[in-house]
Amino acid sequence: MSDTHTLPAGAAALAARQYHLAHEPHPENGTSLGFWLYLMSDCLIFAVLFATYGVLGRNYAGGPTGAELFDLKLVAINTAFLLLSSITFGFAMLSKQQRDVRGTLAWLAVTGLLGLAFLAVELYEFAHLLHEGAGPQRSAFLSSFFTLVGTHGLHVTFGTIWLVTLMIQIGKHGLIPENTRRLNCLSMFWHFLDVVWIGVFTFVYLMGVL
Amino acid sequence: MSAHELHAGHGGHHQDDHHHDDIHVTRGDYVKGFVLAVILTAIPFWLVMSGAIQDRTTAVLVLGLFAAVQIVVHMVYFLHMNGKIQGGWTMLSTLFTIVFLAVTIAGTLWVMFHMNAAMMPAHP
Repeated sequence: MSDTHTLPAGAAALAARQYHLAHEPHPENGTSLGFWLYLMSDCLIFAVLFATYGVLGRNYAGGPTGAELFDLKLVAINTAFLLLSSITFGFAMLSKQQRDVRGTLAWLAVTGLLGLAFLAVELYEFAHLLHEGAGPQRSAFLSSFFTLVGTHGLHVTFGTIWLVTLMIQIGKHGLIPENTRRLNCLSMFWHFLDVVWIGVFTFVYLMGVL
Repeated sequence: MSAHELHAGHGGHHQDDHHHDDIHVTRGDYVKGFVLAVILTAIPFWLVMSGAIQDRTTAVLVLGLFAAVQIVVHMVYFLHMNGKIQGGWTMLSTLFTIVFLAVTIAGTLWVMFHMNAAMMPAHP
C-alpha cells in the first residue's frame, strides 16, 4: 500500500508535463468553424421540420392537395432567383478577394435584390394560398407546409437584413478584417439557405405534385 | 502559422496578400458549381412538369438522388468544403450532422408510418 503513495513524486520527475505545445492545436480562425457549427444546428431544425412534413404531408383533412395548390412554374422561378443569388454572392466574394470594395458592394446589391425577388414571389404564393382558404389552419399538410417553407423564408429575410447591414458596414469602413470575416459568415449562411431550398423544392414541391 | 500550413496543403498558388483566415476562392469553382446546379435543378423540374416518370416510387428515388448530388455540388463549389479546412473539424461536424439528419428523418418516418399501419382498422 505504501508503494502507491510514493509513486507520484517519482513519476512527475520522470515525465515533466508540457503545458505549452509547440503547435497550437486550435484552428487559426475560430469564427468560421463556430459559424459552421451554428449552421449545422440550424440544419437540425430543418431536419425536424422536414421530418414533420414527411409525416403530415399527405394528411389533407379533405382539403386541397399539393397537386392542386402548387404552381411549379412559380417554384421554378423562385429556384432560379435563389440559384442566381448564390453565384452573384460568389462574385461578391471574388471581388472581396481582389480587395475591390465597389465590386463587392455591387454584387452584394444584386444578391440582395435577388433575395428580395425570392421573398416577393414566396409572399405572393402564400397570399394566394391564404386567399384560396388554404391557410395553415386548413389541414395538417398545410400547417407543416407553412412551417417548413415559412421558416426557410424567414431565414432568407434575416439573411437579406444582414446583407444590407453588411453593405452599410463595408461602405463605411471598407474591407477591413472584421468585415471580410462577416462576409465569409454571410456567404456560408446564404449558400446554406440554397442547400435547404434544394430539399424544399425537391421534397415539398416536386414530390408534392406527383 | 498553423493556418498557413493548412492552406499551403491544398492551394499551390495561394496568395498571401489577403487576410490569412480567408479561403481562397476561384471564379472557375463558382461557375462550375453554378452550371452543375442549374443542370441538376432543371432535370428534376422537367421530369415532374413533363410527367416523364409515371411510377411514383421511381420518381421519388430519382428526385431524391438529384437532390443529394446537388447538395454535394453546393457543398463543394459554393461552401468550399473539403477535409482540410479548420483542421478537418468542419468535415467532422458535417458528417455528424448528416448522421443526425438521417436518424431524425428516417427514424421519424419509420416510426410514424409503422404506427399508422399498426393503427389501421383490419380488413379481414
